[in-house]
Amino acid sequence: MSNYLNCKKGLFSWLFTRDHKRIALLYMITVFSFFIVGGFFALLIRLELFKVGETIVNSAFYNQLMTYHGAVMIFMVIIPGIPAFLGNFVLPLQIGAKDVAFPTVNLLSWYCLVIGAFVTLTSLFLGGVDTGWTFYTPYSIETGTAVIPVVLGAFIMGFSSILTGLNFIVTIHQLRAPGMSFFKMPLFVWSLYSTAIIQVLATPVLAITLLLLVAERVLKVGVFDPAMGGDPILFQHFFWFYSHPAVYIMILPAMGVISELICAFSRKRIFGYKALVFASLGIAVVSFFVWGHHMYVSGQSEWAGIVFSVLTMLVGVPTAVKIFNWIATMFRGSLKFDTPFLYALGFLFLFLIGGVTGYMLAVLPFDVHVHDTYFVVAHFHYVMVGGSIMGIMGGFYYWFPKMFGRLYNEGMGQLGFALIFIGFNVTFFPQFILGINGMPRRYADYKAPYEALNQISTVGSWLIALGFIVAFTFLLWAMFKGRKASANPWGAKTLEWQSSSPPPHENFLETPVVTKEAYE
Amino acid sequence: MTDYVARLEKLEHFLIGISFLVCVLIVIVFVYFSFRYKRKRDDEKLEESSHHNTILEFTWSFIPFVIFMGSFVWGWILYSDFRREAPRDSLEIHVYGQKWNWEFVYKNGRKTSNELFVPVKRSVKLIMTSRDVIHSFYIPTFKIKQDVLPGLYTSLWFKANRKGRFEVFCTEFCGTGHSTMGAKLKVMSLEDWNNWLKTDPYKNLSLVEVGQKVFQGRCTACHNSTKEKLIGPGLAGIYNTQRELEGGMTLLADENYLRESILNPSAKISKGYANQMTPFAGLLSEEELSGLIEYIKSLN
Repeated sequence: MSNYLNCKKGLFSWLFTRDHKRIALLYMITVFSFFIVGGFFALLIRLELFKVGETIVNSAFYNQLMTYHGAVMIFMVIIPGIPAFLGNFVLPLQIGAKDVAFPTVNLLSWYCLVIGAFVTLTSLFLGGVDTGWTFYTPYSIETGTAVIPVVLGAFIMGFSSILTGLNFIVTIHQLRAPGMSFFKMPLFVWSLYSTAIIQVLATPVLAITLLLLVAERVLKVGVFDPAMGGDPILFQHFFWFYSHPAVYIMILPAMGVISELICAFSRKRIFGYKALVFASLGIAVVSFFVWGHHMYVSGQSEWAGIVFSVLTMLVGVPTAVKIFNWIATMFRGSLKFDTPFLYALGFLFLFLIGGVTGYMLAVLPFDVHVHDTYFVVAHFHYVMVGGSIMGIMGGFYYWFPKMFGRLYNEGMGQLGFALIFIGFNVTFFPQFILGINGMPRRYADYKAPYEALNQISTVGSWLIALGFIVAFTFLLWAMFKGRKASANPWGAKTLEWQSSSPPPHENFLETPVVTKEAYE
Repeated sequence: MTDYVARLEKLEHFLIGISFLVCVLIVIVFVYFSFRYKRKRDDEKLEESSHHNTILEFTWSFIPFVIFMGSFVWGWILYSDFRREAPRDSLEIHVYGQKWNWEFVYKNGRKTSNELFVPVKRSVKLIMTSRDVIHSFYIPTFKIKQDVLPGLYTSLWFKANRKGRFEVFCTEFCGTGHSTMGAKLKVMSLEDWNNWLKTDPYKNLSLVEVGQKVFQGRCTACHNSTKEKLIGPGLAGIYNTQRELEGGMTLLADENYLRESILNPSAKISKGYANQMTPFAGLLSEEELSGLIEYIKSLN
């Protein structure tokens, strides 16, 4: 039977495709390739930190490693990971549309990501960059390393994010199937909608900030550099005004994926649908007002710190609501522990720890102590890896049969999960203790008392690597050789499962008409 | 250590305790559900259960809200009591951050590098600024930190309750030598401190010894006293040799070359090195500068 994978052939049918499903697979290849690159940098970082003293790389090179690890993982993996890869594939299917609203713009988004990434990575051949992914001024103005290509690359990648967000907003407003009112949309669609709002409103601020940084370096305009009359804290305000909402660009869609997984594998309607919708929107709105919690010790006014502390606490409420609703959905369900559901449970556990440590960090005097220590490193890895990456992997396993029409190997999926989950905790839990004991982050070397916990952490990183090798190897194998999948192998209720696996070119042979509530 | 640490530790115990409790409770519930509601047959029928409950949903939003607000207020009170303004009778010390060492300047003009000397049981206010990029002054044992910015003063205060030596770290990324930018905080009795303050650090020292002292305080983050390269060139054997510069010129490293390279390092860059040294013009006395040059000469 003709489907989107075999309806056209040849490299150009992929590179110039306007089919959202094919574009999603282009994103898949891009995102996972960069994930491997960023992961390789992470392994080198952990290896260097295995022992006190300089072991495999010097501090100048270490600083480049930590910069590229952060920049690659954030701009090229986690930000496009769920919205652009899973979102592109699933969104039109879930609302019963043939495609997104602007298919050509959708392809342009992918090219923005690839070109931006290429520009960023050219800096590797121009001496590298060592500012950290945060590009704080005035260091980023003074350092002799290749800041400009990295910043311009991030600028271009920003357009990928903006265009995808815009596309999704219009798609959700205009292309829902007959009968699908806003409050009948699956929660993944709602989470993409909330994410898209942030992408469209916050990313331009980053773009402007990065351009100003380039202007500062090239034209010496003096906005951020005190030597030229500028204000370095202003840069931090601009930067976090984008980059804090960006954290929710990374986590909101993962939360959407988890809602789908928990419904499908519990065979239940979601508990508290509307609360979850408003929690997503609430998080999106409040996310714009909490950036200053990155700056408690930056030299901003004390009152600003106090206000940002209380606003940050407000984010905790919708987040807690989400966790309770997911667990309530499992109540009296019929739970099946397939790999996607394991990732969902892994998400719950890790995100819970990431969440409560986030709440601890919102408390002013505690943050003053652990700010810029390994406590913060552990916290955001629990949220970003424990949250976003668990969401990407869980969603990937879940929609894998739909994407490729084949089933992955369940046993190997579970083994991969177990290694990643255990490895993750071994790697990052000790870092909470290191942080409370005062070990600063971005240190190429550390004092002897911190060595034992660093060694445990490094061993954990090897387990994570092994887990991903197992997961990716068997997924790749299943793409071509896996058993054939039925249209709806999980017995899930959302629209994408009504189409065949893999779906035909324009998704549905007949436009679906929606009469039921979401997940009913 | 300090009264502040004692108060903060109570808050920390509360935060860690309640977080741990909440995590354990939630994990118990979802692990219990995982066993209790495991699917036994693929066609099993589900009992009807509700998917909405206003009172329940309100309760589990309200309880976290109360906990969050309570924690915020506790943090706010502690912060206002201790962090905002230093007591008026505080002893003031100026702190300068630069790539990659800390300099401390006391009211009587005494200076130290990478070692901060303070009396016990006396509030100390650090008035801090940076000579180049942003640094951050962090005393882990006292659980306090503050960014140190160029072109602006920030401050930090503490009152140590016991004598001892404590680590200071830089916690704002500041480049290649970031992880070596530490200092030692030495808390001593008021009497010892007063005596220490009056001593002349260079008394009865030869010029080379003065230079060695300056070198150990200010230069070791980037330079070895051997030939081995660190961030900058190793200094042994440099004097009176031909130096290859960026751009291909060569130059004899005489006293004037050394003097210029210390005071205005970006004037001539040695081949293979980045232009990243902070200029020492105005930061060293003539005696210290001559001492440093004599010390470098003595390494040959």
